[in-house]
Amino acid sequence: MLAMNYRGPYRVRVQQKPEPVIEHPNDAIVRVSRACICGSDLHLYHGLVPDTRVGSTFGHEFTGVVEEIGSSVQNLKVGDHVLVPFNIFCGSCYFCQRELYGNCHNTNPEATAIGGIYGYSHTAGGYDGGQAEFVRVPMADVGPTVIPGDLDLDDAVLLTDAYPTGYQAAEMGDIKEGDTVVVFGAGPVGIFAAKSAWLLGAGRVIVVDHVDYRLEFVKNFAQCEIINFKDVDDMAIHIKKMTDWLGADVCIDCVGCEAAGNVAQSITGRYMKLQAGAATVLHWAINSVRKGGNVSIVGVYGPTFNAVPIGNALNKGLTLRMNQASVKRHLPRLIEHIQAGRIEPSKIITHRVPLEEASDAYHIFSSKLDNCIKTVLIPPNAPKSGVVLH
Amino acid sequence: MQTQSSTQPQRSHEHIKGWGADLDPKNRPAYPMERMPPRLKGVHWDQPEQQPVRMEILHSTERPGITPIFGATVPPSGLSGKIRELAFKSSENDIRHWLLLLLADRVNVVEGIGQDLMSGHIPNIFAEMGGKSELKHNPAGLARKVAVASAVIGVGYYLMTRKSRR
Repeated sequence: MLAMNYRGPYRVRVQQKPEPVIEHPNDAIVRVSRACICGSDLHLYHGLVPDTRVGSTFGHEFTGVVEEIGSSVQNLKVGDHVLVPFNIFCGSCYFCQRELYGNCHNTNPEATAIGGIYGYSHTAGGYDGGQAEFVRVPMADVGPTVIPGDLDLDDAVLLTDAYPTGYQAAEMGDIKEGDTVVVFGAGPVGIFAAKSAWLLGAGRVIVVDHVDYRLEFVKNFAQCEIINFKDVDDMAIHIKKMTDWLGADVCIDCVGCEAAGNVAQSITGRYMKLQAGAATVLHWAINSVRKGGNVSIVGVYGPTFNAVPIGNALNKGLTLRMNQASVKRHLPRLIEHIQAGRIEPSKIITHRVPLEEASDAYHIFSSKLDNCIKTVLIPPNAPKSGVVLH
Repeated sequence: MQTQSSTQPQRSHEHIKGWGADLDPKNRPAYPMERMPPRLKGVHWDQPEQQPVRMEILHSTERPGITPIFGATVPPSGLSGKIRELAFKSSENDIRHWLLLLLADRVNVVEGIGQDLMSGHIPNIFAEMGGKSELKHNPAGLARKVAVASAVIGVGYYLMTRKSRR
């Protein structure tokens, strides 16, 4: 089969690879119909995630048709068209019992801090991802969701990570009616977090980034205010001026370890690897939120350590909430939002690219060329668009 | 794009479709954070069956053994594999664990090029790095990178030859 193949930092190619096989009785083999490139795939692509092995296939946002099922699978059948949450989870461990599917303790032998994730290095379990013609889907009875017949495939694939992660980012902010919410990052997750903040009752939504075309997009898509941080001398002062000198009620980090905006953070975090990425947005969030406010973090950071102003967080009495999204628990409500016309996730897709051109797709996304916001890879023989046919 | 924000928030949200739809916590799918019993259907095991082990699987020292489910791809091999094995003698709490894994990743890149060449495949690094799209969408940037790289190589060559002439 054709599959994306990691060769080293900034180097990927598509080549033939053996098809996956059933490894466990509750596995399914899925023929991929859509696979996105996620912003967090870029951390792998840039060589920032430890234990990313040459020969791995990335891709944790994908949909596909069930091709084969293991002997114990009861809830899926061959031919079902499914969307597959990026979390691999067992459904029965201590954490899954609490609906914390992103923290499953039974699917990742290599690390305890993170559950299994498709195509996200051996630090996240060593699974191959969906940027391929076929993919192994473990725990098939609990992970995949059959795509409702009226849901567009391009909306469905965004339900596997980007939209639920953006929604959970907003939800973890514990937004109250009328709250001022600042979202850092106008990538796909930030765009969905901004949109979701309105659904949760925000009174004001402000998005911060430095990429003009992304700011223009989020202003229209999420009807929010925008700040280009290149126009701003000091982010905390700017936000405080906008909020009667109190600070925002909620600040959300949708950027993570590759943030621009602070030279010292970039040098120590991104180039010298003296910390687990640049903590620029964590600084801005902690220092821009009001006393007693909430900081929600879904931006990805490395496993070592970051220099953050934790003393300010203490003195301000902040609540810091963060997690990988537990996609499965969000799906019913988020599908309702799409069906009710409250949100149209597929509007953020700017590039639909054949799987064979993954090298160029990664470069375009990584370098923010051609006004790229979201890229979907389409394997050979996949349906081109439209609703799912069962 | 100029920053478009003000010191005064907007008062009406009628133009925002779905505003407040999830204002009530009962509509919030992740509320409360730890929700018991879980709403998940289809679980017909107390503990998942153990997946057979058919390759070397490293596991964190912060757990007693491997998990019931795991990825069965790209087992550790070569020098990078030895470094990974060494890394997994330290816990996730130990910075050496992560630094050794990053070192192994860099060694693995060189091994990957070696494997390509051994199998008769010369990697097209320009294509792997998306050079075609750079040429199409950012030709000026590509020209700048080529110029900088050429200058660095040229200066290096000059310094080396000047030294050897002495």
